Amino acid sequence: MAIEVHGVSKHFGTFTALDYVNATVEDGSLTALLGPSGSGKSTLLRIIAGLETPDTGSVVIGGREVTAEPARRRGVGFVFQHYAPFKHMTVYDNVAFGLNVRHEPKAAVRERVEELLGLVRLDGLAKRYPAQLSGGQLQRMALARALAPKPEVLLLDEPFGALDAQVRNELREWLRRLHEEIHVTTIFVTHDQEEAMDVAQQIVVMNAGRIEQAGTPHELYEHPSNEFVMSFIGPVNRLGDALLRPHDIQILPYPDSNTVEALVRRVVHLGFEVRVELTLPDGRDIWAQVTRETAAELELAEGQILAARLPAPRVFA
Amino acid sequence: MSSRAFAPLEAGAFAATEKTGIAMDTSVRVAPPPGTRRDWTKSAGPARARRLGLRFVALLYLLALLGAPVAMIFYRTFEHGLAPAWNAVTQPNAMHAFWLSIELVAIVVPLNTVAGIGIALLMERGRMRGRSLLGLIVDLPFAISPVVVGLSLLLVYGRTGWFGNWLTAHSIQVIFSVPGMVLATAFVSLPFVARETIPVLHELGTDSEQAAATLGASSWQTFWRVTLPAIRWGVVYGVVLTTARALGEFGAVSIVSGRIEGQTQTLPLYVQDRFENFDTTGAYAAAVVLALLAFATLATMSLLAKRTSRDTVV
Repeated sequence: MAIEVHGVSKHFGTFTALDYVNATVEDGSLTALLGPSGSGKSTLLRIIAGLETPDTGSVVIGGREVTAEPARRRGVGFVFQHYAPFKHMTVYDNVAFGLNVRHEPKAAVRERVEELLGLVRLDGLAKRYPAQLSGGQLQRMALARALAPKPEVLLLDEPFGALDAQVRNELREWLRRLHEEIHVTTIFVTHDQEEAMDVAQQIVVMNAGRIEQAGTPHELYEHPSNEFVMSFIGPVNRLGDALLRPHDIQILPYPDSNTVEALVRRVVHLGFEVRVELTLPDGRDIWAQVTRETAAELELAEGQILAARLPAPRVFA
Repeated sequence: MSSRAFAPLEAGAFAATEKTGIAMDTSVRVAPPPGTRRDWTKSAGPARARRLGLRFVALLYLLALLGAPVAMIFYRTFEHGLAPAWNAVTQPNAMHAFWLSIELVAIVVPLNTVAGIGIALLMERGRMRGRSLLGLIVDLPFAISPVVVGLSLLLVYGRTGWFGNWLTAHSIQVIFSVPGMVLATAFVSLPFVARETIPVLHELGTDSEQAAATLGASSWQTFWRVTLPAIRWGVVYGVVLTTARALGEFGAVSIVSGRIEGQTQTLPLYVQDRFENFDTTGAYAAAVVLALLAFATLATMSLLAKRTSRDTVV
């Protein structure tokens, strides 16, 4: 089901959480709402789910205007940041909840719950209580619970935020594969650009209650439409008003007509990638990203003076 | 989960002192240089003494305030054996007072449980203005003397009161009969369920209720399946306190009931009546029945607490 948001605004007291936002999410896609905290991304997600009412504007899911519909009639699965488990229910009953409130026959409920517990790899833990699960297991239970009533749309609010790095990476990979399997239109909120690039097919970058740019990870990286997007997605060097990517800076052993002199201030080896901090003749500091082969060829060392070829910098009005 | 029910009120204070005790110990342990193991074991001594001293004072206070008087009542009731006490409590008037008290509890407790949960939901989940005013109103019965409650009910529902004429015209008797006593008892025991439920609702937060909504549950289903099970221990504790208060209510009921023997005399009123008529055996025996009812209420709750904690978590 495609999701459309038209002219949505939301204020909390004097704070503007969303300022006339328009967005479209294609049917069956996997989209990230990316932005710093306070950018309005969670509010937008909650408005799509019906957990928050917009001051103005409308929400359309699968061609149906749902702005006035309560959350329970929107056919939306929602995974909360802190999972919101029903603590007095077993894992089984948690997952079965959305089916039981619809009074589905017991046998059908059992079949569906078992299928989902298998899908999220929690089979065998059906009789546990949420207090007996790890963060990653709770997350997967919350996901199974949200998927049980077969929602047309799956919304996840900072789904990996509260997990440690290793579990987070595992779940990212797993969410991507799950999406390939079940093709439900999915939106997740994150403040981590790497996570968004890694998981999503489409990214919507938000800042201060507005959408800055929407597009594929590749588009956003290569053709950022403004300074905010460029500096939020991927590393940048700032030279006055101009921005350049560190990996676009070439370091050469000898100068030519297109290079400037650069003093190597520091060399940091980060595995495959080597980070070279440079000082330009006018005293400005930048840094470049090179491969370890390049670093070895150049025999990079602190105090060296080399030639740097700067790319055409991007200037946003 | 297991200690949830009593934790906020009973274990809370002790847990806090234990924790600070530990915190003090570690600070002492960090200070001395390494290799002086003996010194720090010794220096834990005073802290231990302080803790034991505190326990002693607390127990002594409880004993003087609660233990000794209750024990005395039991002693005086049964000092001449079981028979006189049994005869005293099986008197028709005593039996009537007993059943009247039970009747009041049976009416008032469900009423105030529903009202209390409703008020708590309004205060924690509602979006209306004047919620703080509602909070003040709920606390009024704590602040107002029951005697004043009785008098004000008399002023409103009595024969010369606001509704007096209307009530007389429809031959409804409120004052000097059960309806008035229900009103008085309900008034004085109103705050307990709400006051016990509000903090639990607050701590629960709205996430799980919103999750239920996105899963397709109606507000009614959400309340019964998600909210109520999560707050049940707050409610149960409130119900126990309400029951105890309703059973023991004296002042307000004393005024609106007219204390008619064998008709509007509750158990506490009966105790007072026997005592004033120098029937100490009757007074003590009835008092013991009241105390036993209170114990039974508390015991029921702790049994429930144990059973449920075994059924659910860890």
